[in-house]
Amino acid sequence: MDLSIAAFLVQDGVTNGAIYALLALALVLVFTVTRIIWIPSGEFVTYGTLTLAGLQLGKPPGTVGLLIGVAVVAAIVETIATLRAREARKLPLRLAVWLGVPLAIAAAVWWAAPRGLPLALQIVLALAAVTALGPLIYRIAYQPIADASVLVLLIVSVAVHFALTGLGLWFFGAEGSRTPAFTGASFTAGGLTFSAQSLLVVVASLVLIGLLYLLFGRTLYGKALHATAVNRIGARLVGISPSFAGALTFVLAALLCAFCGVLVGPITTVYYDSGFLVSLKGFVGAIIGGLVSYPLAAAGALLVGLLESFSSFWASAFKEVIVFTLIIPVLLWRSLTSRHHDEE
Amino acid sequence: MNGVTLRDALDVRDLCVAYGKVPAVRDVSLQVAPGSIVTVIGPNGAGKTTLLAAIAGLLPARGVVRCFGDLATAWPVEERVRRGIVLVPERRELFGSMSVADNLRLGAFTRRGEQHKAAIADVYRRFPRLEERRGQLAATLSGGERQMLALGRALMSAPRVLLLDEPSLGLAPLVVRDIFSIIAALRSTGVAILLVEQNARAALAIADYGYVLESGQIAVEGESASLAANPRVAAAYLGQAHTARTPAAPPG
Repeated sequence: MDLSIAAFLVQDGVTNGAIYALLALALVLVFTVTRIIWIPSGEFVTYGTLTLAGLQLGKPPGTVGLLIGVAVVAAIVETIATLRAREARKLPLRLAVWLGVPLAIAAAVWWAAPRGLPLALQIVLALAAVTALGPLIYRIAYQPIADASVLVLLIVSVAVHFALTGLGLWFFGAEGSRTPAFTGASFTAGGLTFSAQSLLVVVASLVLIGLLYLLFGRTLYGKALHATAVNRIGARLVGISPSFAGALTFVLAALLCAFCGVLVGPITTVYYDSGFLVSLKGFVGAIIGGLVSYPLAAAGALLVGLLESFSSFWASAFKEVIVFTLIIPVLLWRSLTSRHHDEE
Repeated sequence: MNGVTLRDALDVRDLCVAYGKVPAVRDVSLQVAPGSIVTVIGPNGAGKTTLLAAIAGLLPARGVVRCFGDLATAWPVEERVRRGIVLVPERRELFGSMSVADNLRLGAFTRRGEQHKAAIADVYRRFPRLEERRGQLAATLSGGERQMLALGRALMSAPRVLLLDEPSLGLAPLVVRDIFSIIAALRSTGVAILLVEQNARAALAIADYGYVLESGQIAVEGESASLAANPRVAAAYLGQAHTARTPAAPPG
């Protein structure tokens, strides 16, 4: 291996690692705030890519139907819960949130599909549509059992994963899609070639991570999420409802995953079930961060990306095996170094 | 205090709480008027913390809880906080990895607009120590400072009914005196305070009215002075049967 090949592999690894890092951050966010191990994150990646691909082909993507269906179910769940709590006067507002907003987004995507809007607008629409699915899924599957044990939440996550994969097949079809590269440009520096596409992915990921950092450090709602992650009872005692924190977390996490989908689209062909493998790699990164540390999770995801690209060069048949084997020494090291401490 | 008084800030009737089939609190009724301090004293395991947690909405309970006449029984914790029923728990439940200022800011999570600015100035006036430490992480505070922060965070949400669970727990006697004088000073804001304490002497000294909780039931109630003079209460909780002067209840 000479320097140019190594440079290419590093570039490839960092590009993928940046995408995995976004996923790892989403997984850490969801786990710390809601204690849910979010297996279905990969489906949101898939939906992100396939929605954008549909928009680029000029036909309404399956997301429109999916969003309407899920929103109707969520609205029914919310209506029953509201009536049971005898809060009928709050129903119109809640229906506006749980049904009105998703339907408006679905309508916008459906309207925009045949119009060949600029790429940036199409990306915004795709992100909006998939992001809207996040809190809806939380409302239907997780909120009613938010106090359950981590194990129960995990089992529900597995079920949601299979359900969403199936729905993906139904709404998007079995054929794979790829989105065109954002840019074909490349440039050379110091005798090495870099593609602008890779650079764009890395920069976009960094910008998103920066925005998240600002959100948590500077805004009240970001701090409320952080507070819920730090001390669930304390958060309730200052009036932060777990349902609110959960829904907001799923907005952010779904946005991160959809963004991954948009970034991954030009790199590989995405099928209805491709997201799972991508999310597992983000998961390895998140595990390296112990599911609680954002910087460690991002660094771990980067490591996963690099390991993957180098192992695909040396032992391409084993690249997934090598990446997922990484989790064993990490778990060993974590179990040896972590101390069990009390609640406080 | 019972019967015809001003409308009570907190009115609890026949409250029962059980862990599974084991009853922890049975048929407790109590009232707290605005601007008054009412204390619940009693031995370890009498159900004092359980009682407060149920009033705050953290535990399911049977019976009726009213806040200024509104039926609060069905409200979840967050709704009770929004309507002014705020608990300062025994374990403080601070946000350890966040700064003192952020902890206080989140205390005003339910309040709209810029109300939090005036509230935080008020908290810093009552607890100058917190202003000195405002950039410090909550987890690095001393025990007394943690209790001040827990109290300050609760005050940020503009409580109408403040539920205090063992504010003296684990604190040095001098610090206890400070905290209790701050609590007594809150009376002038019109907030109704329900104070649960093992340190009966300190609690009765600042309270207007008191209840003695034993095995989940109210055994004795009365004006603080008459409770302190009650020989049974004095013997069991003020330690006067053994020595003339006893130190504050031991921490922990």
